[in-house]
Amino acid sequence: MEHATNANTFVANTERAHWHDQSLWFVRTKRDRMAQSLAEWEQLRAQASAIKGYTLAHLGELLEQFEREATARGAVVHWAETTEDHNRIVLELLQARGMTRVVKSKSMLTEECHLNPFLERHGVEVIDTDLGERIVQLRKEPPSHIVLPAIHIKKEEVGELFHEHLGTEQGATDPQYLTEAARQHLREKFLAAEAGLTGVNFAIAETGGIVVCTNEGNADLGVSLPKLHIACMGIEKLIPRLEDLGTFTRLLARSATGQPITTYTSHFHGPRDGGELHIILVDAGRSKIVGTKEFREALHCIRCGACMNTCPVYRRSGGHSYESTVPGPIGSVLGPLREPDKYHSLPFACSLCGSCTDVCPVKIPLHHQLLRFRRTLAETRKIPWTKRAGMKVMGWMFRRPWAYRWSGWLARRVMPWLPRFLVYNRLNPWGKQREMPEMPKRSFRELYQIERPK
Amino acid sequence: MSDAKQRILSRLAEFRRNDVELPTPLATPTVYDDRLAQFRSVLEMVGGQLIVTRDANETRQAIERLEVVRDARRVLSYCPDLMASAEGLDEIHDPHDLADVDVTVAPGEFGVAENGAVWVCDPAIMHRVSLFLSQHLVLVIASGELFNNMHEAYHHIGRVDSPFGGFISGPSKTADIEQSLVIGAHGARSLNVVLVDR
Ligand code: SF4
Repeated sequence: MEHATNANTFVANTERAHWHDQSLWFVRTKRDRMAQSLAEWEQLRAQASAIKGYTLAHLGELLEQFEREATARGAVVHWAETTEDHNRIVLELLQARGMTRVVKSKSMLTEECHLNPFLERHGVEVIDTDLGERIVQLRKEPPSHIVLPAIHIKKEEVGELFHEHLGTEQGATDPQYLTEAARQHLREKFLAAEAGLTGVNFAIAETGGIVVCTNEGNADLGVSLPKLHIACMGIEKLIPRLEDLGTFTRLLARSATGQPITTYTSHFHGPRDGGELHIILVDAGRSKIVGTKEFREALHCIRCGACMNTCPVYRRSGGHSYESTVPGPIGSVLGPLREPDKYHSLPFACSLCGSCTDVCPVKIPLHHQLLRFRRTLAETRKIPWTKRAGMKVMGWMFRRPWAYRWSGWLARRVMPWLPRFLVYNRLNPWGKQREMPEMPKRSFRELYQIERPK
Repeated sequence: MSDAKQRILSRLAEFRRNDVELPTPLATPTVYDDRLAQFRSVLEMVGGQLIVTRDANETRQAIERLEVVRDARRVLSYCPDLMASAEGLDEIHDPHDLADVDVTVAPGEFGVAENGAVWVCDPAIMHRVSLFLSQHLVLVIASGELFNNMHEAYHHIGRVDSPFGGFISGPSKTADIEQSLVIGAHGARSLNVVLVDR
């Protein structure tokens, strides 16, 4: 479905849409404060962008280096070309050990792979342990934000949900109380788990290590109790050297939630004593994007969510209206890169204000990419004919000053006399929630002719 | 080589570019005149507490005086000279046996002024799970060492030799319910950092 159609349902509840908007703006202002506390902020961004640029240019050899180093430290590295490969590898690892209880910390990649339903179909219980993710998992819906998965849900709804599933008191809405209930519930799950699954924030080619960042400590618990740790990462998560983490750990949490650093920034180099560490490197279309000059920078993304928090369209339409694992500006680039047919409306869910590009810690030219995409989609006829026809007419008119002048003249004369149904109808989406501007008697050009100093 | 690996790498080889280079390190990242003051203020901002002591004796007393330690039934200590553990650490073979630990006292290698983080790593911490499973956490920076920022911190770490190392900045937290901050999500409900300022 089109983004605009989905957004309709979201904006129908004005109060809620406003609340959503404000919550995200609050996070954005926290980010601003943190960014402004560092004089070198802009240099850091440039640095991060350059490091990722280098990584992509040399991704093949860096991945091989990573595999060598990780293997030397006792980890097992797997390569998955598709999301199906990835799911199969995870399942085989579990089945070979007869494991059926898995705890998982936040990983957008496993969302992208639809790992949970796949494992559940094969009799494996997967528990999302990040509080926000557990909430949406219990609600049987996908996260609506990559850092704040439950940002669209009110505490009253969490109260009801926990009453039903965790047996909390009816009508309870206190976040402290509800979080405590989740803590107790998930502790049991952590202690009972046979394997821990995590995403990866950064993988270091030089040392063969991986870094996982959380605030709750759920990733660490999930991989320190069970014997088996499976880490799933997109191949673009690589960075060349340990020292590069200096740059990225300073940017990530500041951009994401306005914290100076995440509470836990854990580095795993090989398995712990008596345990196993398996790292799955997933391509799923990424290596192809490396080859596209206009879009490869989208792979710089460190999934901080800042572009979502700042996006006027995201804030007012909600993450679910994008129907893609990653919503917001970066999702509107990644979605159609992967599946142009499914996500063709996303690059249009954008006012081209450029705010995403300004906040992105790795300097992805997001709004330029979105604009570029519109052209590609138009050229490949992936957008509806009404839009294409409209643009044809406009293009024709703008190339002919006389036609432009004439249509303005006509509109000024005719519009005021038209009955409402002719102006406000399906063909004029602009007029859905707005009144058309009142037609002036004279155009600017005419006024200028009269007033111009002689 | 697995087929998948081969295909991924051959595609990437096609797109390899030689003209892109790694940037030089940042010239002048922010430094602080008073690192201790900066460290304290950020640590408190992220929900932790700082206690500064001058020697081992003071440190011992400071730890004993902590409310969480006084109230604890089971304390696990990786700093035997500062706080006695009720049990031998090598008698514990299964991390699940640590589920009811109230307080863990563990050594931190150094702190970072810009974000209040403390670097912890094994082998100093034999059962890393206790850092996260224990209800409360006390980290002791015996070296008194504080770096300005993460660049300095990683420069100091230099190379990693142990399977686990991590920065911990404050107690475990979440704001997943309507953006209200709650301390004590899954990990430690409180963090006390004791820094020995020699
Ligand atoms: S595109 Fe940039 S701002 Fe958006 S999530 Fe990725 S890194 Fe963050």
